[in-house]
Amino acid sequence: MRLLRVMTMVLVLGTVPATAQPQPPKGFVPAEEVPASEQIPAINLVAAAYGFVWIAMLGYVWSIARRLRTVESELAALESRKR
Amino acid sequence: MRKLTTPFIVLSAMMFLSAPWIINATRYESTMGLVQKVFYFHFPSAILFMTAAVICGINSVRVLFWKNKQADVWALSAAELGFLFGALTLVTGPLWARKAWGVWWVWDPRLTLSLVLWMIFGAYLLLRQYGGPGSDRLAAGMALFGMANVPFIYVSVNVWRTLHPMTSVVPTLPYDMGAALWFCFTAFTMLFIALLNLRASLEFQRLRVEELYLAEDEA
Repeated sequence: MRLLRVMTMVLVLGTVPATAQPQPPKGFVPAEEVPASEQIPAINLVAAAYGFVWIAMLGYVWSIARRLRTVESELAALESRKR
Repeated sequence: MRKLTTPFIVLSAMMFLSAPWIINATRYESTMGLVQKVFYFHFPSAILFMTAAVICGINSVRVLFWKNKQADVWALSAAELGFLFGALTLVTGPLWARKAWGVWWVWDPRLTLSLVLWMIFGAYLLLRQYGGPGSDRLAAGMALFGMANVPFIYVSVNVWRTLHPMTSVVPTLPYDMGAALWFCFTAFTMLFIALLNLRASLEFQRLRVEELYLAEDEA
């Protein structure tokens, strides 16, 4: 009996006309003005990207130069001691 | 090759200085606008990131099978550059994505595999720094996984559904965009070669220092 009632409900709900359901939007509605919270300034992102590349490259070149200087002075000291 | 280091550094520095003007002269991409200009630094970084993985991998094969000491130096140098260029790729990419996709990061195959490769480089360098004796061979084995990752990174955008632009973008670029891209790519490549040479010469000198200390101990 309970099963019958559930089946009847399913059938009744299944026949609800499609017009009774909320309709999906037919198309996108363009906003007149983009809210300030949604705007991401591209220039900041581009500047950050290029700035990071520059800083990372210069930092790495400086790091290699510093390490090379240290090793070269150590090598020079060892070679002079050997002589 | 070492004779090229200084001219390459000077030339690439000049190209890097003039790059903003050249990039600024290119047209805006129709859907992404200004932020698409990150591409001119992001693409060369990404290609050299993968190139470093291949150089490190090939030299690691030589280390594992022929115990080649020189190859170990080149593998270590390439790994350090791979870590650097990987960082450039993984920072510039999300800065571009935030505007273009609306999110900093998505776990799509190309991004995830690139992050995995960068972590492999990180693990390689940590192992070499703190792993002690025998870490060179263990790290070389790890580098093979890094190299095996590269083809998957490259084809991932063509095989799986992803937000990332496909590999067909570069060959179909209009003249002005293509010229700026290859200009930046040349600058990055020259800097990569120069830095690789410098890093390797640093390591060769360290080996020489070790030899001298050993000779002193024996004497």
